[in-house]
Amino acid sequence: MGSPMRIRAQMKGDVAEVKVLMNHEMETGQRKDASGKVIPAHHITEVTAALNGKPTMKAMWGPAISKNPFLAFKLSGAKQGDKVSISWVDNKGDTRSDEAVIS
Amino acid sequence: MHIERRKALKAGAGMGFFSLLVAAGFVQPGVAWAEAYNEGAFKTKTLDETLKALGGTAAQASTDIVITAPDIAENGAVVPVTLVSRIPNTEQIALLVEKNPNMLAGAFYFLDGSMPEVNTRVKMGETSDIIAVVKADGKFYTARKEVKVTLGGCGG
Repeated sequence: MGSPMRIRAQMKGDVAEVKVLMNHEMETGQRKDASGKVIPAHHITEVTAALNGKPTMKAMWGPAISKNPFLAFKLSGAKQGDKVSISWVDNKGDTRSDEAVIS
Repeated sequence: MHIERRKALKAGAGMGFFSLLVAAGFVQPGVAWAEAYNEGAFKTKTLDETLKALGGTAAQASTDIVITAPDIAENGAVVPVTLVSRIPNTEQIALLVEKNPNMLAGAFYFLDGSMPEVNTRVKMGETSDIIAVVKADGKFYTARKEVKVTLGGCGG
Protein backbone atom coordinates (compact mmCIF):
# COMPACT_ATOMS: atom_id res chain seq x y z
CA MET A 1 0.00 0.00 0.00
CA GLY A 2 1.43 3.35 -0.99
CA SER A 3 1.62 6.43 1.18
CA PRO A 4 -1.47 8.59 1.54
CA MET A 5 -2.34 11.24 -1.03
CA ARG A 6 -3.30 14.75 -0.25
CA ILE A 7 -6.50 15.69 -2.01
CA ARG A 8 -8.11 19.08 -2.01
CA ALA A 9 -11.43 19.63 -3.70
CA GLN A 10 -13.02 23.03 -3.73
CA MET A 11 -15.89 24.69 -5.54
CA LYS A 12 -14.78 27.67 -7.64
CA GLY A 13 -17.99 29.11 -8.98
CA ASP A 14 -19.91 26.17 -10.43
CA VAL A 15 -16.79 24.14 -11.14
CA ALA A 16 -15.01 21.91 -8.66
CA GLU A 17 -11.26 22.17 -8.66
CA VAL A 18 -9.49 19.02 -7.51
CA LYS A 19 -5.82 19.05 -6.60
CA VAL A 20 -3.99 15.86 -5.76
CA LEU A 21 -0.50 15.37 -4.42
CA MET A 22 0.63 11.76 -4.53
CA ASN A 23 3.55 10.21 -2.77
CA HIS A 24 5.61 8.18 -5.21
CA GLU A 25 9.23 7.77 -6.24
CA MET A 26 8.46 7.82 -10.00
CA GLU A 27 11.78 6.16 -10.83
CA THR A 28 12.40 6.40 -14.57
CA GLY A 29 14.44 3.27 -15.15
CA GLN A 30 17.05 5.45 -16.86
CA ARG A 31 19.13 6.34 -13.83
CA LYS A 32 22.08 4.38 -12.50
CA ASP A 33 23.13 3.91 -8.90
CA ALA A 34 26.65 4.49 -7.53
CA SER A 35 27.83 1.07 -8.72
CA GLY A 36 26.60 1.71 -12.25
CA LYS A 37 23.59 -0.57 -12.06
CA VAL A 38 20.39 0.67 -13.65
CA ILE A 39 17.75 1.51 -11.04
CA PRO A 40 14.62 -0.29 -12.24
CA ALA A 41 11.63 1.80 -13.23
CA HIS A 42 9.01 2.25 -10.56
CA HIS A 43 6.24 4.63 -11.42
CA ILE A 44 2.49 5.13 -11.30
CA THR A 45 0.85 3.83 -14.45
CA GLU A 46 -2.80 4.64 -13.94
CA VAL A 47 -4.76 7.19 -11.98
CA THR A 48 -8.53 7.15 -11.82
CA ALA A 49 -10.80 9.77 -10.36
CA ALA A 50 -14.42 9.17 -9.44
CA LEU A 51 -17.15 11.58 -8.40
CA ASN A 52 -19.61 9.97 -5.96
CA GLY A 53 -18.36 6.57 -7.08
CA LYS A 54 -18.77 7.28 -10.79
CA PRO A 55 -15.57 7.42 -12.87
CA THR A 56 -14.95 10.86 -14.26
CA MET A 57 -11.29 11.10 -15.26
CA LYS A 58 -8.50 8.71 -15.90
CA ALA A 59 -4.82 9.21 -16.57
CA MET A 60 -2.14 6.89 -17.88
CA TRP A 61 1.34 7.83 -16.92
CA GLY A 62 4.82 6.96 -17.99
CA PRO A 63 7.95 7.56 -15.90
CA ALA A 64 8.29 11.16 -17.16
CA ILE A 65 5.78 12.45 -14.63
CA SER A 66 7.69 14.13 -11.79
CA LYS A 67 8.45 12.51 -8.46
CA ASN A 68 5.63 12.89 -5.93
CA PRO A 69 3.18 13.66 -8.71
CA PHE A 70 0.86 16.61 -8.68
CA LEU A 71 -2.37 16.48 -10.61
CA ALA A 72 -5.10 19.09 -10.86
CA PHE A 73 -8.30 18.84 -12.85
CA LYS A 74 -11.79 20.33 -12.92
CA LEU A 75 -15.22 18.81 -12.60
CA SER A 76 -18.38 20.41 -13.86
CA GLY A 77 -21.64 19.23 -12.40
CA ALA A 78 -20.20 18.66 -8.95
CA LYS A 79 -21.46 20.32 -5.79
CA GLN A 80 -20.41 20.89 -2.22
CA GLY A 81 -20.45 17.72 -0.17
CA ASP A 82 -19.82 15.45 -3.18
CA LYS A 83 -17.17 12.81 -2.76
CA VAL A 84 -14.09 12.68 -4.97
CA SER A 85 -12.05 9.50 -4.82
CA ILE A 86 -8.66 9.02 -6.42
CA SER A 87 -6.89 5.71 -6.95
CA TRP A 88 -3.58 4.90 -8.50
CA VAL A 89 -1.75 1.73 -9.44
CA ASP A 90 1.96 1.52 -10.19
CA ASN A 91 4.02 -0.77 -12.42
CA LYS A 92 4.76 -3.07 -9.48
CA GLY A 93 1.09 -3.53 -8.71
CA ASP A 94 1.10 -1.32 -5.63
CA THR A 95 -2.08 0.72 -5.18
CA ARG A 96 -3.52 3.50 -3.13
CA SER A 97 -6.99 5.02 -2.88
CA ASP A 98 -8.02 8.12 -1.00
CA GLU A 99 -11.04 10.35 -1.04
CA ALA A 100 -12.06 13.88 -0.18
CA VAL A 101 -15.28 15.81 0.17
CA ILE A 102 -15.76 18.89 -2.01
CA SER A 103 -15.84 22.03 0.10
CA MET B 1 11.63 -12.20 -24.21
CA HIS B 2 11.53 -12.37 -20.45
CA ILE B 3 11.17 -8.64 -20.04
CA GLU B 4 8.16 -8.61 -22.33
CA ARG B 5 6.66 -11.44 -20.38
CA ARG B 6 7.12 -9.61 -17.14
CA LYS B 7 5.36 -6.60 -18.58
CA ALA B 8 2.50 -8.75 -19.70
CA LEU B 9 2.22 -10.11 -16.18
CA LYS B 10 2.22 -6.61 -14.79
CA ALA B 11 -0.49 -5.58 -17.19
CA GLY B 12 -2.45 -8.55 -15.90
CA ALA B 13 -1.90 -7.43 -12.33
CA GLY B 14 -3.22 -3.99 -13.26
CA MET B 15 -6.42 -5.51 -14.54
CA GLY B 16 -6.73 -7.35 -11.26
CA PHE B 17 -6.57 -4.06 -9.46
CA PHE B 18 -9.40 -2.72 -11.54
CA SER B 19 -11.64 -5.66 -10.71
CA LEU B 20 -10.75 -5.19 -7.07
CA LEU B 21 -11.92 -1.61 -7.33
CA VAL B 22 -15.14 -2.78 -8.89
CA ALA B 23 -15.58 -5.32 -6.11
CA ALA B 24 -14.89 -2.75 -3.44
CA GLY B 25 -17.44 -0.42 -4.99
CA PHE B 26 -14.89 2.30 -5.72
CA VAL B 27 -15.63 2.06 -9.39
CA GLN B 28 -19.09 1.14 -10.51
CA PRO B 29 -19.26 -1.45 -13.22
CA GLY B 30 -21.20 -0.59 -16.33
CA VAL B 31 -18.99 2.40 -17.00
CA ALA B 32 -16.11 0.53 -18.53
CA TRP B 33 -12.94 2.38 -19.37
CA ALA B 34 -12.41 2.38 -23.07
CA GLU B 35 -8.67 2.22 -22.65
CA ALA B 36 -6.41 -0.21 -20.85
CA TYR B 37 -2.90 0.82 -19.88
CA ASN B 38 -1.16 1.39 -23.17
CA GLU B 39 2.34 0.20 -22.36
CA GLY B 40 3.52 0.42 -25.97
CA ALA B 41 2.64 4.11 -26.27
CA PHE B 42 5.13 4.90 -23.52
CA LYS B 43 7.97 3.24 -25.43
CA THR B 44 7.75 5.26 -28.60
CA LYS B 45 10.50 7.61 -29.69
CA THR B 46 8.99 9.66 -32.50
CA LEU B 47 5.87 11.77 -32.81
CA ASP B 48 4.48 9.58 -35.60
CA GLU B 49 4.95 6.41 -33.57
CA THR B 50 3.36 7.98 -30.51
CA LEU B 51 0.36 9.18 -32.52
CA LYS B 52 -0.05 5.73 -33.95
CA ALA B 53 0.16 4.14 -30.50
CA LEU B 54 -2.56 6.52 -29.34
CA GLY B 55 -4.73 5.39 -32.22
CA GLY B 56 -4.31 8.31 -34.59
CA THR B 57 -2.61 8.82 -37.92
CA ALA B 58 -2.31 12.52 -38.61
CA ALA B 59 -2.83 15.37 -36.18
CA GLN B 60 -3.93 18.79 -37.26
CA ALA B 61 -2.33 21.85 -35.65
CA SER B 62 -4.87 23.71 -33.57
CA THR B 63 -4.93 27.04 -31.79
CA ASP B 64 -7.72 25.80 -29.53
CA ILE B 65 -5.25 23.91 -27.38
CA VAL B 66 -3.60 26.02 -24.73
CA ILE B 67 -0.31 24.87 -23.24
CA THR B 68 0.85 26.74 -20.18
CA ALA B 69 4.43 26.00 -19.15
CA PRO B 70 7.40 28.15 -18.19
CA ASP B 71 9.56 29.53 -21.03
CA ILE B 72 12.61 28.63 -19.01
CA ALA B 73 12.59 25.82 -16.45
CA GLU B 74 15.46 25.89 -14.00
CA ASN B 75 14.84 22.38 -12.80
CA GLY B 76 13.99 19.85 -15.48
CA ALA B 77 12.86 17.35 -12.86
CA VAL B 78 9.76 19.39 -12.08
CA VAL B 79 8.26 21.35 -14.95
CA PRO B 80 4.66 22.45 -14.34
CA VAL B 81 2.44 22.07 -17.39
CA THR B 82 -1.22 22.94 -17.86
CA LEU B 83 -3.08 21.70 -20.89
CA VAL B 84 -6.49 23.05 -21.82
CA SER B 85 -8.48 21.99 -24.84
CA ARG B 86 -11.24 24.23 -26.17
CA ILE B 87 -12.10 21.75 -28.89
CA PRO B 88 -15.65 20.45 -28.38
CA ASN B 89 -16.01 16.80 -27.34
CA THR B 90 -12.41 16.42 -26.23
CA GLU B 91 -12.01 12.84 -25.04
CA GLN B 92 -8.32 12.64 -24.49
CA ILE B 93 -5.29 14.86 -24.04
CA ALA B 94 -1.81 13.39 -24.32
CA LEU B 95 1.23 15.18 -22.98
CA LEU B 96 4.47 14.65 -24.89
CA VAL B 97 7.98 15.93 -24.33
CA GLU B 98 9.65 15.82 -27.72
CA LYS B 99 13.25 15.23 -26.67
CA ASN B 100 12.74 12.89 -23.73
CA PRO B 101 13.98 9.31 -24.26
CA ASN B 102 10.34 8.30 -24.66
CA MET B 103 8.06 11.04 -25.84
CA LEU B 104 4.82 10.29 -24.08
CA ALA B 105 4.67 11.51 -20.48
CA GLY B 106 0.99 10.93 -19.82
CA ALA B 107 -2.43 10.63 -21.38
CA PHE B 108 -5.60 11.95 -19.76
CA TYR B 109 -9.09 10.69 -20.52
CA PHE B 110 -12.16 12.76 -19.81
CA LEU B 111 -15.52 11.22 -19.10
CA ASP B 112 -18.80 12.74 -17.95
CA GLY B 113 -18.26 15.59 -15.58
CA SER B 114 -14.59 16.27 -16.07
CA MET B 115 -13.43 19.25 -18.07
CA PRO B 116 -10.71 18.88 -20.71
CA GLU B 117 -8.17 20.64 -18.60
CA VAL B 118 -5.31 19.19 -16.63
CA ASN B 119 -2.34 20.43 -14.67
CA THR B 120 0.63 18.26 -13.72
CA ARG B 121 4.42 18.27 -13.49
CA VAL B 122 6.79 16.48 -15.83
CA LYS B 123 10.47 15.67 -16.09
CA MET B 124 12.41 17.06 -19.03
CA GLY B 125 15.86 15.80 -19.95
CA GLU B 126 16.79 18.87 -21.99
CA THR B 127 15.35 21.91 -23.73
CA SER B 128 12.47 20.63 -25.81
CA ASP B 129 9.02 21.27 -27.18
CA ILE B 130 6.08 20.15 -25.12
CA ILE B 131 3.46 18.72 -27.42
CA ALA B 132 -0.21 18.30 -26.63
CA VAL B 133 -2.20 15.82 -28.66
CA VAL B 134 -5.96 16.12 -28.32
CA LYS B 135 -8.47 13.58 -29.48
CA ALA B 136 -11.93 14.99 -30.10
CA ASP B 137 -14.73 13.31 -32.07
CA GLY B 138 -12.23 10.71 -33.24
CA LYS B 139 -9.92 13.33 -34.77
CA PHE B 140 -6.50 14.34 -33.54
CA TYR B 141 -5.25 17.87 -32.98
CA THR B 142 -1.92 19.09 -31.75
CA ALA B 143 -0.10 22.13 -30.37
CA ARG B 144 3.39 22.70 -29.07
CA LYS B 145 5.39 25.03 -26.88
CA GLU B 146 9.12 25.20 -26.25
CA VAL B 147 10.52 25.02 -22.73
CA LYS B 148 14.18 25.78 -22.17
CA VAL B 149 15.71 23.60 -19.49
CA THR B 150 18.83 24.73 -17.67
CA LEU B 151 19.23 21.58 -15.56
CA GLY B 152 18.01 18.25 -16.95
CA GLY B 153 15.76 16.02 -14.90
CA CYS B 154 16.25 12.61 -16.42
CA GLY B 155 19.74 11.46 -15.61
CA GLY B 156 21.87 10.85 -12.60
